[in-house]
Amino acid sequence: MNKNYNFAFLDEGSKREIRRASLKAVAIPGYQVPFGSRELPIGRGWGTGGIQLTLSLIGPDDVLKVIDQGSDESVNAVNIKKFVGLCADVKTTTDTREATLIQTRHRIPEIPMTNDQILVLQIPIPEPLRVVEASEEATKRMHAEKDYAPIWLELYESLVKYKRIAIATEYPCMVEERHVMNPGPIPKFDNPKLHDAECLCLFGAGREKKIYAVPPHTKVVSLAFDDVPFERESFAGKRCRLCGSAHTYLDETFDALTGEKVYQCSDTSYCKEARGQCV
Amino acid sequence: MRLNETPVLRVKNLIVRYGDGCPACQENLDKNRCALCGAIWAANDISLDVYPGETLGIVGESGSGKTTLMRSLYFDFTPTSGVATLRDHKDGQENIWGASAAERRMIRNIHMGMVYQNPALGLRMDYSAAANIAEKILAAGGRNAGQMTGRARELLEAVEIMTSRMGETPKNFSGGMRQRVQISKALANSPALLLLDEVTTGLDLSVQARVLDLIRKIKARHGISILLVSHDLAVVRMLADRTIVMLDGKIVESGLTDQILEDPRHAYTQQLVHSLI
Repeated sequence: MNKNYNFAFLDEGSKREIRRASLKAVAIPGYQVPFGSRELPIGRGWGTGGIQLTLSLIGPDDVLKVIDQGSDESVNAVNIKKFVGLCADVKTTTDTREATLIQTRHRIPEIPMTNDQILVLQIPIPEPLRVVEASEEATKRMHAEKDYAPIWLELYESLVKYKRIAIATEYPCMVEERHVMNPGPIPKFDNPKLHDAECLCLFGAGREKKIYAVPPHTKVVSLAFDDVPFERESFAGKRCRLCGSAHTYLDETFDALTGEKVYQCSDTSYCKEARGQCV
Repeated sequence: MRLNETPVLRVKNLIVRYGDGCPACQENLDKNRCALCGAIWAANDISLDVYPGETLGIVGESGSGKTTLMRSLYFDFTPTSGVATLRDHKDGQENIWGASAAERRMIRNIHMGMVYQNPALGLRMDYSAAANIAEKILAAGGRNAGQMTGRARELLEAVEIMTSRMGETPKNFSGGMRQRVQISKALANSPALLLLDEVTTGLDLSVQARVLDLIRKIKARHGISILLVSHDLAVVRMLADRTIVMLDGKIVESGLTDQILEDPRHAYTQQLVHSLI
């Protein structure tokens, strides 16, 4: 651990402010709490919101797992793990069950998380209404007045254009029947995992300076019309080429030798576990 | 027109003023601008009633306050003072300009429909015609996609737009078609009151005739009340039962349309009517 820095890099005042914002977010599920996003030794847009949450929450006894697009070994995940390891000296893992704190980008682990774990999601655009309204002042007013017709219009327009709701990620959901929330760039396959989850889910957007939360056992419903139900991505008839799983989120890849499309689990640690390998 | 019934809309003493004003404003108005303090009285003590099934025309030159009145009613502008009540909102007992933001949204989307002179104000140009109509239904709480599509189809047919084009954006439509999509959108929730602001301005004569004919048909079919703003007396003659003449933010004359056109009393109305002839 680098002794030239405070434990977990941020000074204690900054950590306290981020924790206070997190507590407020927990108290008002789905509500975006503004916070003073700190400078970090990585650029905005590389997960600084998630890292600030992780650094403000992590303690010496925590076990950290970082995943990016489901993978423990991608550049973003490895660098964040290294950085936190340098300034907090905590144990890191790739095992979802062993981790107490999981920071993630683009996925929620396949293994259901428990109530002694925290999931921190890196969020590029926290505002679910940004696609329909450019003004921050206007979106704040829309949330305050629960004026969500424009986001419903976006879904309806998708139906008109494509005969189905063709939104693959950042699929808006209603939290506790009050706030429409952007679940982040996770595939809509993962949206149902937020509903009634055992763990605390925290969402951090460093560039946009917002934190929001889905506390355990919160009602999270993906928006859908009365006659057009919400549908996750379907991988019917497809299996992971490595572990054979048919119920996980699969990445589509290309086998250059055979010229065929192949599929494999996006969650690498789950896939390894399913194959009986040490994660 | 049923003048013995409760008005669908009642406006009392509407004032829309830009600038603080001064105690001597009313005595020092040069047109609608106070010569002393410079305040603009865009609408100056406007009162009117719109009865069930009636079309009330409002005529006047540019800057007379017609659009200010319309857009105040549709909550685009905030009046300085005045009272407006709608028969269908809290039994006409509450001033709609004092309603909460959520109530205003409901009034706008359920009880009123607006057709702007500029379609870009009334339509989302990047969304399909069907979605533009659905927007009103969604804002009123509708969440059944099939029913919204059915309603959009029905309304587009009523305004003679091919339903095969309901998936296209208004950007691809002509000026007349855009106005017809706006009319469909305004009618989406079957409002009791339709606000038409210079709907035929800028359209060529044959398109104007189609739009006017369409409005007449809608009125006959739905028995809807219409507040119609126009600077064109020919349009008002064709559609309005009663007419109000506005000048410099004030009502200078009102009465049955035929009466106004045949026997104008105010000098400005006489000038208007003579210019028509």
